[in-house]
Amino acid sequence: MAGRRVPDPGTGSSRLLWRRTARIERMTGERPAVMVTTMTPEGARRPERPPGPTGSAAATRHRLPQWDERSMLAAARAGDEQAFTTLVRAHTPALRRAARLRVRDDALADEIVQETWLAVLKGLSRFEGRSSVRTWMLTILAHCADRRIAAERGSIPFTALDDDEGVDESRFHGPDHPRWAGMWSTTVDSWSDVPESRLTSRETLSAIREAISALPPGQREVIALRDVEGWSSAEVCAALGLSEGNQRVLLHRARSKVRAALERHLEGAQS
Amino acid sequence: MSLLTCKEIVRLVTDYVEGGLDSATRARFEDHVVICPPCRAHFAQMRRTIATAGRLREVDVDPEFETAIVALFHDWRDEQAG
Repeated sequence: MAGRRVPDPGTGSSRLLWRRTARIERMTGERPAVMVTTMTPEGARRPERPPGPTGSAAATRHRLPQWDERSMLAAARAGDEQAFTTLVRAHTPALRRAARLRVRDDALADEIVQETWLAVLKGLSRFEGRSSVRTWMLTILAHCADRRIAAERGSIPFTALDDDEGVDESRFHGPDHPRWAGMWSTTVDSWSDVPESRLTSRETLSAIREAISALPPGQREVIALRDVEGWSSAEVCAALGLSEGNQRVLLHRARSKVRAALERHLEGAQS
Repeated sequence: MSLLTCKEIVRLVTDYVEGGLDSATRARFEDHVVICPPCRAHFAQMRRTIATAGRLREVDVDPEFETAIVALFHDWRDEQAG
C-alpha cells in the first residue's frame, strides 16, 4: 500500500464494518458474535482488556493528568499502540456521551466518535497544546457531528421555545392579581417522594438525554459539559469562549427545560 | 425593598446557585425562599435535575467499540509507514 493516501473517513474499512455491525445491532438488538474477530484478524493486536469493572470507576481510573496526556499524544503519534489505547479509554466515554447528546441515533453517534478519532489521528501533528486535550477532541467531535447532521438532516429535533423558564405561565397568578401577582397559583411537588431508583431508571435517564439533545446547540453544549461531564464554569467558558454571564444564561435555560421534561416524565409515568 | 415574586425566583435560581447574584439580590432571594414552600420545592426539583443529569456520565466503556477505534489506529499507522 505504499504511497496510498490517507483514506477519507467515509471510506475506512473498519468504520464501514462498525457501521454495518451497528445496523445489525439496531435491527436484531444483538451484537453479531463475529464482529471482533472480523475487525481484528490479527488477534494479538487486540488490546488486552480484562473484563473487569467499567463505568464511573473505570472512567476515573483512565483519566490522565494533563502533562501525561501530552506525552501519550506524542507516543501515539510515533505509533505506540499502548499510548493510543490509553487515550481511547480515557476519552471515548465522554466523546460518546457528547455525540449521543447531539444525535438521537446511537449508531450514528458511534460513527461520529469513530470519525473524531480518525480526525484526531490525522491532526495529531497539528495539536498545539493551547487547549486541553479533551477540549481539543470535543471541538473535533463538534465539527464531525455538524458535518454529519448536515448530511443526515432531521437527526436533531428543534424546540420552538427558546427563552421560557420551563414553568407554564398559568402556574402563577397573573400581574393583575391584587395580592399575589407573580406568585405560584399551584402547588409544587418537591419530588421528595420520588425514590432515587426512579430517577436513575433507564426510562428517566433516556428522557433526560432526549431533553438535552432537543436543546438549541449553545444550551446543549453548556449543560452537557457542566451537569453531565461535571466541568467547572471556568472550564466551560474557556472551552466555548463564553462570558460567565452568558454561560449562566445558557445553563439556566437548559436546566429549566430539562427540569420541565423530567417533571413531565415523572407525572406521565404516575398517571 | 419589596419581596421578589415566585416568578422572579424561578428566573434567578441558576444565578443564585452559580453565585451570580449581587449580595443584595442574594439576600432578597433567600428572604423569599425561606418563607415560600413552593419555591423551595422548585429549588429542590432543580437540584435533583442537575444531579440526575450527572448520572448520564456513568456509561460503560464498551470494549468492542474500543477495539474498533484501535483498528482505525492500525490503519492510520500503516498509512504512515506505507
